[in-house]
Amino acid sequence: MSAWSPRSLWAEYKRCKVGLAGLALFAMLLALSVIAIASVPLDSYRQWNNPSHWTEYPRAAPPAWANYVTGLKLPEHMVLRNPTVRQSAAGWVRVVTHTYYFSFLYEAFPDDFLFKFSLIYGGSPPLVELSAERPDGLRMLLARIAAPPRPEGSEARAYNSAIFSTDVSLKVNLANCLADRVGVIVSPDGISPERMIFAKEGPSMAEGGTGVLKGDYAFQARFFLFGEGDDVLSSRLVIGGKVFGPFGTDDLRRDLSVGILWGTPIALSIGVSVAILSVSIGIAYGVISGYCGGRLDELMMRLNDVAYAIPALPFLILLALSLGRSLLYMMAYLVLFGWVGVAKVARSVALQIKAAPYIEAVELLGAPSRRIIFRHIAPQLIPYAMANIALSVPAAILAEAGLSFIGLGDPTMPTWGQILHDAQIHGAAIRGLWWWALSPGVMLALSSLAFVMMGYALDRALNPKMRGA
Amino acid sequence: MMGLMGFLIRRVLNMAAVLLVTVLLTIAILGPSADAILKRAIEQETRAEILQNKELVGKFKDPRELEDYVKSQIQGKVASMGLNDPWYSPRRLWAIAMKVMTLDFGQSYYIRGYGGSSNVKDIILESLPRTVLLFGTATLLIAVLGILVGAAAARRAGSILDKAVLGYAVLSNSFPLWWIGMLAILVFSYTLRIFPARATPPILPSDPAYPMALLYHMALPLLTIALIGFGGWAYIVRNLVAGILQEDFITVAKARGVPERKIVYGHALRSAAPPIVTIIALALSGSFGGAMITEAVFDWPGLGRLYWEAIGLLDVPVIVGLTYVSTLIFLLSVFIADVLYGVFDPRVRVG
Repeated sequence: MSAWSPRSLWAEYKRCKVGLAGLALFAMLLALSVIAIASVPLDSYRQWNNPSHWTEYPRAAPPAWANYVTGLKLPEHMVLRNPTVRQSAAGWVRVVTHTYYFSFLYEAFPDDFLFKFSLIYGGSPPLVELSAERPDGLRMLLARIAAPPRPEGSEARAYNSAIFSTDVSLKVNLANCLADRVGVIVSPDGISPERMIFAKEGPSMAEGGTGVLKGDYAFQARFFLFGEGDDVLSSRLVIGGKVFGPFGTDDLRRDLSVGILWGTPIALSIGVSVAILSVSIGIAYGVISGYCGGRLDELMMRLNDVAYAIPALPFLILLALSLGRSLLYMMAYLVLFGWVGVAKVARSVALQIKAAPYIEAVELLGAPSRRIIFRHIAPQLIPYAMANIALSVPAAILAEAGLSFIGLGDPTMPTWGQILHDAQIHGAAIRGLWWWALSPGVMLALSSLAFVMMGYALDRALNPKMRGA
Repeated sequence: MMGLMGFLIRRVLNMAAVLLVTVLLTIAILGPSADAILKRAIEQETRAEILQNKELVGKFKDPRELEDYVKSQIQGKVASMGLNDPWYSPRRLWAIAMKVMTLDFGQSYYIRGYGGSSNVKDIILESLPRTVLLFGTATLLIAVLGILVGAAAARRAGSILDKAVLGYAVLSNSFPLWWIGMLAILVFSYTLRIFPARATPPILPSDPAYPMALLYHMALPLLTIALIGFGGWAYIVRNLVAGILQEDFITVAKARGVPERKIVYGHALRSAAPPIVTIIALALSGSFGGAMITEAVFDWPGLGRLYWEAIGLLDVPVIVGLTYVSTLIFLLSVFIADVLYGVFDPRVRVG
């Protein structure tokens, strides 16, 4: 163990390509964490285990990019939240228009659609009229409904409702529209509304259409408000599809991108803090034991032997079961088992340093042993500690993932291990839901790989002997 | 010979101490919650028993009197089971520790063995051979593959093969084994339909075709474990052999004209045998933890899947039993590794 400086260490580290790749990977994960915290609302991540939050999402949908791999052009599930809003007034009627523009370029029809809205009104009930405009300019009335009446002069209250594509009146309206404007007679019970809206124009529409009319569609909702304080609070259009988002959804309709993205900062913070804590504790333990020597050394090393022989996983399971499984507890358990191996090596290094002449000199100068341990011996171990921290991070990340996988994760937040647990109990592998099992594992592997590579490079930079071999 | 005996005795004593500490730790961790569970069970049982006895209930006119009677009965039972002492009282601690140490884990709450037995010891002993079968075979496969590939890499240090071994070792250690298991099921069971997805054979253990079915169902988990395990192994063997190849006696053998193949696979590997054997034993115990989770993925009917079930159902007696048994297996293999090392390398016995 020779003297070291951050600059010389970095110069040596830079020469290792594997180390630079690890550093790049780590930077990427950090960037992903920042993106997760900045872009995914904390709310949707807190709602992870609340099924009612995810009702608008498709069940077990592959990621959108799967279309490129399979060559199929399955419709993407769309949840549109930002309509173009216009207002106009004619006498005592105010008309608020919410228009949703989207392009539909898929080979298959959407599964269904859903229009949700939220109004506030007091006396006269507002009217809602939903229509769709096709790329060929054909405008179709879908539904015209009134909010339920309230007694005159009652206080303004919010009202939430939705128009479903399965509503019977919708089919009747569409069939009428097709008969009037296109001259095609369709039986309203036979064909689903989304087929009537999205099919190519022509006589084949009577049988449900031959293909999808691709292009830009507009769904327009007009709200007729009659009261002074009445207003449209929000609206949402969901076009049901078969693929969704960058990571797909799971069996419980959850958007996996929320869990995958938020898993990054969680995994990194678990891994890094557990590694730093356990390596620091291990080094302090080892150095104290090695420097003090004698009876204390003997006692501490026997204790270390026992701790070393205790199998980690069964005890992690027991601790999680009986004390609790919040993330902080989990980290504490991992630290409990993480310091043991480090202590042994730190002790042997401390013994070497202790024998060095300059330590003897400091001792002769009358420095107290605490000062010698923490000012003269421990700093020498910093490079060793850094390599060890880097190599302990993957162990901590994988251990937490393992515990979560067997069902002992923190139930309040999604981690990669928990997503894999859900995938396992829902039989994702057996049912071929590859995206559910694949992405969390790839993220786990990438994060542990980043630290393994950095640790390897640090190790090489610190132990020149290894380079030749 | 005395040295070896003394060494063995020291190791046995050490192991017994660790075992006792782990048992006490287990009880300390689970003690409070296990007591609460046990008391609740007694309360429910006693209450149901008394309320079913119509004759007895009829004797009480006041419901409060009946309630008092029920309470006193529960108190009596709790006291007779010694639950009034806290779990850390020396008498109870010793009693529980002795029970666990002698493999008496009591009755399970929910999980039943194949014969319908609720004795935790029976349930665990049913699953143990399957775990040993799967991981014993896998470790053997890993050892053979690792030694062959590692020695070949050491022979051509710096070659593409050598670099590939290092890369593969790093890569395979970054993946959780159980996740690779999920992918293996996805690829080989769902997509290619070569192997069954569930490793539990669909026929009863009494069926004569059972051993063959078990082997067929074992193939996928076995190959997965071996494939992920051998990378790190090959790397260790490579480093050991590469170190020995630089020693003087190898140079002498080379100078004498011994063929290179014989030097690597004969001389060098033989010298590397003691650490290799030790590491096999240690790897066996070390991989056991992660491998238990793998069992759950493949639905292999061993200890790991039992653990998974017991955690899902919170079957505390089974969890305690499994913890103890897996600790025992871990310590035994560490012990065997220690002893083997001591036999191979007399220098160790002193320290």
